[in-house]
Amino acid sequence: MLKKCILNKTFQTTCLRPIVVYPKVLKGAANFATVQNTSPPSRTYGNLKDEDRIFTNLYLRHDFRLKGSKQRGDWYKTKEILLKGHEWILKEVKESGLRGRGGAGFPTGLKWSFMNKPPDGRPKYLVVNADEGEPGTCKDREIMRGDPHKLVEGCLVAGRAMNASAAYIYIRGEFYNEASNLQEAINEAYEAGLIGKNACDSGYDFDVYIHRGAGAYICGEETALIESLEGKQGKPRLKPPFPADVGLFGCPTTVTNVETVAVAPTICRRGGSWFASFGRPRNSGTKLYCVSGHVNNPCTVEEEMSIPLKDLIERHAGGVRGGWDNLLAIIPGGSSVPVLPKHICDDVLMDFDALRDVQSGLGTAAVIVMDKSTDIVQAISRLSAFYKHESCGQCTPCREGTSWLMSMMSRFEKGYAVSREIDMIQELTKQIEGHTICALGDAAAWPVQGLIRHFRPELEARMKSYAATHSEQDLTKFSVAAPGLLK
Amino acid sequence: MSFVNTIVRSTFNKSTLLSTRISQRSFHGSSKVLSSKLFVHRDTPENNASIPFEFTPENLNRAQEIIKRYPPQYKKAAVIPLLDLGQRQLGWTSLPVMNAVAKLVEIPPMRVYEVATFYTMFNREPVGKYFLQLCTTTPCQLCGSTKILETIQNHLNIKVDETTPDGLFTLVEVECAGACVNAPVLAINDDYYEDLTPETTKEILDSLKSGKIPKPGPQSGRHTCEPPGGLTTLTSQPPGPGFGVRSDL
Repeated sequence: MLKKCILNKTFQTTCLRPIVVYPKVLKGAANFATVQNTSPPSRTYGNLKDEDRIFTNLYLRHDFRLKGSKQRGDWYKTKEILLKGHEWILKEVKESGLRGRGGAGFPTGLKWSFMNKPPDGRPKYLVVNADEGEPGTCKDREIMRGDPHKLVEGCLVAGRAMNASAAYIYIRGEFYNEASNLQEAINEAYEAGLIGKNACDSGYDFDVYIHRGAGAYICGEETALIESLEGKQGKPRLKPPFPADVGLFGCPTTVTNVETVAVAPTICRRGGSWFASFGRPRNSGTKLYCVSGHVNNPCTVEEEMSIPLKDLIERHAGGVRGGWDNLLAIIPGGSSVPVLPKHICDDVLMDFDALRDVQSGLGTAAVIVMDKSTDIVQAISRLSAFYKHESCGQCTPCREGTSWLMSMMSRFEKGYAVSREIDMIQELTKQIEGHTICALGDAAAWPVQGLIRHFRPELEARMKSYAATHSEQDLTKFSVAAPGLLK
Repeated sequence: MSFVNTIVRSTFNKSTLLSTRISQRSFHGSSKVLSSKLFVHRDTPENNASIPFEFTPENLNRAQEIIKRYPPQYKKAAVIPLLDLGQRQLGWTSLPVMNAVAKLVEIPPMRVYEVATFYTMFNREPVGKYFLQLCTTTPCQLCGSTKILETIQNHLNIKVDETTPDGLFTLVEVECAGACVNAPVLAINDDYYEDLTPETTKEILDSLKSGKIPKPGPQSGRHTCEPPGGLTTLTSQPPGPGFGVRSDL
């Protein structure tokens, strides 16, 4: 009897715990991190009008030089913008809701405002990150060769917002022709008195320099970029001190993506509220999307933020090869974000919050489309090889981890593994993620995690069929690192 | 292998926990090489410190221009552009080039060697007149870069990282070239050849062989990165200056 009572009691206490009913579709970690919930879309996004596009010479149909860009509205009332002062520019940029276009999506106005501490005698620098190398991404290239004056003017406006004395534009070394176009634009701007001493007649001195890199993906990381710009190996620095305190040449520095800088003058001219009217709240603006891979018309296109992924592909990229039903998966934001299977791609929106909710990310909005003919394991394995090649070798988890990821993934391609190794590689990615100085370790881990999350059955099927056809082969051979793997 | 096992086992029999670990788990350490070439320098007849190298007067002027971009106490920042300049003059980055750069920016040569070995664009061995850099990263791979690689290898009869006997072509695989929308991409020296097919690749190689440099850019006939099926955006004339500008400016 007593026993029964105790049993009952325990039963009751367990029942008294609040029962949490999770919604069927988990809206991801966003709900835990923020108070506000992203409201369901009140209107459909996309279908941006041509007059609202910022990069009007994206396809190099017009003259990229000063004369042509002035005709397209660049350098219009720049002096007035500069004379409004940094507070005004920062206010406009904050109001526009612009988030960094280089991948992390940090609010730009806030980032730029970190630079306005009381002057301590050191010069301040704006560094523009044009080291575009994320697989899938090719938007900055089009800006630099088609609309270089937008970037130069952007440097001036952004520089004014943080009272910087000079801007360095770090271009990846492979972009030789793009760098020449940009250099030409800079020379023209100097000649016309738009930059340099007393830029635009505003009494503000500002220089713009180009620095060409020499082929290292890691130099796209802000502190590695600073190191590289100082003439050293591109190995990321520890933060803090953040670049806004100690950056390039020991001076306060802000590193910003090309696209972020290039949209700034237009935001100031047309007003922050104009820019904020596109896209969902907190994801506002227009964005350059690069759609590559298995689509009929791969292209780079400027569209509104929050455009549904399916719309983007069908409207601008001519649809997936063989129709939408032939879709296997999409990497929505460049190589370092996790892959999404078709059922998520059907209705996901292209913005920071929506993609974070499905455990991926907007990254640089480089959409890599893969149809059903794709060997998804090989595709991700190639990315692991990429990260292995590009790891700078400074932190052990990344240096060794990326090598391990590559060698394991190359076995997974054939199925030459046992299914327990899938958990091991998952564990390995968790050991890399967050344990390195910069985000390259995370970036190497995420594609593999995405693959396991959505394509585990595919991996297992491969292993099964390999084991069946290679019964003579000893699968324990590779398990030196994990004794008892097959038990 | 069995020999190693015996050794390990015999140590195990004799002693400690440490050797148990050894028997279970081989220690793995990968050498870190960012560029795919040999990391260390070996003196060869064509690459050693005693070979003279001087920047031409024209390039010296350029070098001074470059150095001027950086604060005077940070001349070192010019290392990468100067190495690039030296590589353009000589065709590759030999040890004397690195030493000349070190002299120019007044830093120990070692600091320059560090940089030259870190970045993939510095060729520390001579390369052919046409340096073929084929991108084989995922977006290009999806669009058939593997076939292009085979085509080049078969057509020129060389493998990756090899130079043709006539010194005309060197083939390397590179990571993402940053023109994914125009995949597959082959960079020849400074120019990008995009939207390749095995046929157009052969045409490019053949015309290079005959001394003609084909037109860079997409080989499929499309213009830059616009949709090959026709424009979907930017079909109207861009609005002129002052369009939509706020009234209080």
